[in-house]
Amino acid sequence: MTALGRLIRTTAFKLIAAYLLVFAIFAGSVIAYLGWHTQRLVTRQAVEAIENDTSFMQAQFERGGISRLVQVVNRRSRAPDAGLLLVTSFNGEPLAGNVLNLPLNFLDKEGWREIDYVRSEDQAAPPSRALVNVLFLPGEFRLLIGRDVVEREELRKIIIGPALWGLGLLVVLGVAGGLFVTRRVLKRIDQMTAISDGIMAGDMSGRLAVAGTGDEFDRLAFSLNAMLDRIEALMAGLKQVSDNIAHDLKTPLTRLRNRAEDALRTARSDEEWRAATEQTIDESDGLIRTFDALLMIARAEAGQASAAAVRFDLADTLASVAELYEPVADESGLDLTLESVEPLGVIGVRELLAQVLSNLIDNAIKYSAPDIPGARGTIRLAASRVDGKARIVVADCGPGIPEADRPRVLERFVRLEASRTRPGFGLGLSLVVAVVHLHGGSLRLEDNEPGLRVIIDLPLAPAMEEVAAV
Amino acid sequence: MTYMETNSNLAAAADSSPGSGLPALDPAEVRKSAEEFAMRLLVVEDDRDAADYLRKAFREAGHVVDVATDGEDGLVLALDGGYDVLVVDRMLPRRDGLSLIAHLRGRGDQTPALILSALGQVDDRVTGLRAGGDDYLPKPYAFSELLARVEALARRGGPQAADTLYRVGDLELDRLAHRVSRAGQEIVLQPREFRLLEYLMRHAGQVVTRTMLLENVWDYHFDPQTNVIDVHVSRLRSKIDKGFDPPLLHTVRGAGYILRDGAR
Repeated sequence: MTALGRLIRTTAFKLIAAYLLVFAIFAGSVIAYLGWHTQRLVTRQAVEAIENDTSFMQAQFERGGISRLVQVVNRRSRAPDAGLLLVTSFNGEPLAGNVLNLPLNFLDKEGWREIDYVRSEDQAAPPSRALVNVLFLPGEFRLLIGRDVVEREELRKIIIGPALWGLGLLVVLGVAGGLFVTRRVLKRIDQMTAISDGIMAGDMSGRLAVAGTGDEFDRLAFSLNAMLDRIEALMAGLKQVSDNIAHDLKTPLTRLRNRAEDALRTARSDEEWRAATEQTIDESDGLIRTFDALLMIARAEAGQASAAAVRFDLADTLASVAELYEPVADESGLDLTLESVEPLGVIGVRELLAQVLSNLIDNAIKYSAPDIPGARGTIRLAASRVDGKARIVVADCGPGIPEADRPRVLERFVRLEASRTRPGFGLGLSLVVAVVHLHGGSLRLEDNEPGLRVIIDLPLAPAMEEVAAV
Repeated sequence: MTYMETNSNLAAAADSSPGSGLPALDPAEVRKSAEEFAMRLLVVEDDRDAADYLRKAFREAGHVVDVATDGEDGLVLALDGGYDVLVVDRMLPRRDGLSLIAHLRGRGDQTPALILSALGQVDDRVTGLRAGGDDYLPKPYAFSELLARVEALARRGGPQAADTLYRVGDLELDRLAHRVSRAGQEIVLQPREFRLLEYLMRHAGQVVTRTMLLENVWDYHFDPQTNVIDVHVSRLRSKIDKGFDPPLLHTVRGAGYILRDGAR
């Protein structure tokens, strides 16, 4: 019962039931209309025949009186396929005709009526139905003229009976088909529900089955699977983040603790205490910085639209960051060159992109500062429009990154490994990647021969006029 | 986002840059001369330890501090008025910090407010400033940073925004003509150096931190990791102090910079 109840409650079944009901009403109306029209046609034919007979009989009566009428009726009523005919005297005694078993006083009223009758020449037959017209003739004579309408009844039976049967069959088949279809639908839904339950219980690798028929269930399964892929990737990212947080924060925290313990054990003079305290503050500042970067990456990775996003000139931002770093680069024996010819309007968070450029330039300075005093190196910055995108290039003359390591360096958070060997590079670059992706851009690493060339492509904002038009 | 000079191999430029030739000032030494600018502060912070620390530290710096531990109490005290600066934590019981400030601003109260918050991302700062905050400092912070920002917000003693001529000792900056001179001698500055000096002179006699300079002169709020600001300041110092006496632009150890007339 509950299984049937579940079937009946499904949308598919309700749809089928509603469709069936509408179809039945429509079919019923057509049948009723058809039946009514045939009946009317048969009735009209009978009426016409009776009217013809009536005018003929009246003419006979007028020409030869009652004797002629009786004569004609007698002759006619014996003919095969004759209509109903009866002439009576004023007291109802039959004078001529072929009708028996009339109801009492039936002929006391003029006009059209339907009756059941028996023919006088075939008295064993069951009563039949007829349409009759009763007339009063001069001399109190009564004349009954009629036509059998049993054909009409038979016609009705022929049309209505099978139609009703057909309709009944249709409903039965419809309900059965509905149940069948619904059960199939329900089965696939149940499969989906079962898999979803499994996923909710923690098995993130579960995926909905795709039947390959390309139907709406397949499409639904496809998009749900895509959603699950995205969620799984995000969860994996989250796990990676928490693992990295654990590692990247616990390591310096341990160092911090060791240093404090060491100071407690060994520090004797005020200077030693002071130095230990200052080191502790430095260490905690480093921790805060790592934590900030991790949070920022996580937020950029989450890809939320930012309230701080505006339209701004990326070339101008690059120039401003370059200006900020130029003195430091100069002191490190590096010439910072900037190639930029036109404004590059982009939409995004200026602050984040400025930080990206700052990280890249900072890395470039750290890795390509010449070791030999007096030697000069170059860091080349460029902002240009390439293939409808805003392109930023930061090229240094440092050791670069071996080609084999480049994809790995760009992987999310993987760089933390690298950060242990190359301080400062790791989180910086993964922040760069996260922010560039957040802005719908892409990042490539190339060999600058020698050095590293970072190429960032970001979508250009629509032209100002278009923005105004929107 | 605390700025650090210790981590970078490029640092140390500030304290020993050519032209300065003087040791960095101790913060306590700077304090003594700033005591005449005692401020009345309201700290709205629900963490008792943090509130007590702030009360103690601000008092040591010569300021008068009231503390409220939730948003409603903070609002009542702030409405009583008479404070020079409000220091408001963002997440507070009963009424959050942004709502407190928005309420004050809605009543036409323009007391400068600094928002302290554990939420330190770009979006968070933007919403904080939109709510009516005048400055935004993410937690955790260095007290020297907070103190410098609060004193800058009070805008006491320094020149007014409408002044077109700033003067510290014999150093003059003409904001309209974009000209700088010291002891009558014209000094040629790059546009950015001019803005740097303009900011330092507007806050003459106050400690200005590196992040304040980065925010107000460059409009960046991130940590540049390298001592870029120190190099800019030391270049500026070599132009305005080299060959003149006394030196005006000083480094304050562990805090930032101060531009002041040494004779005072």
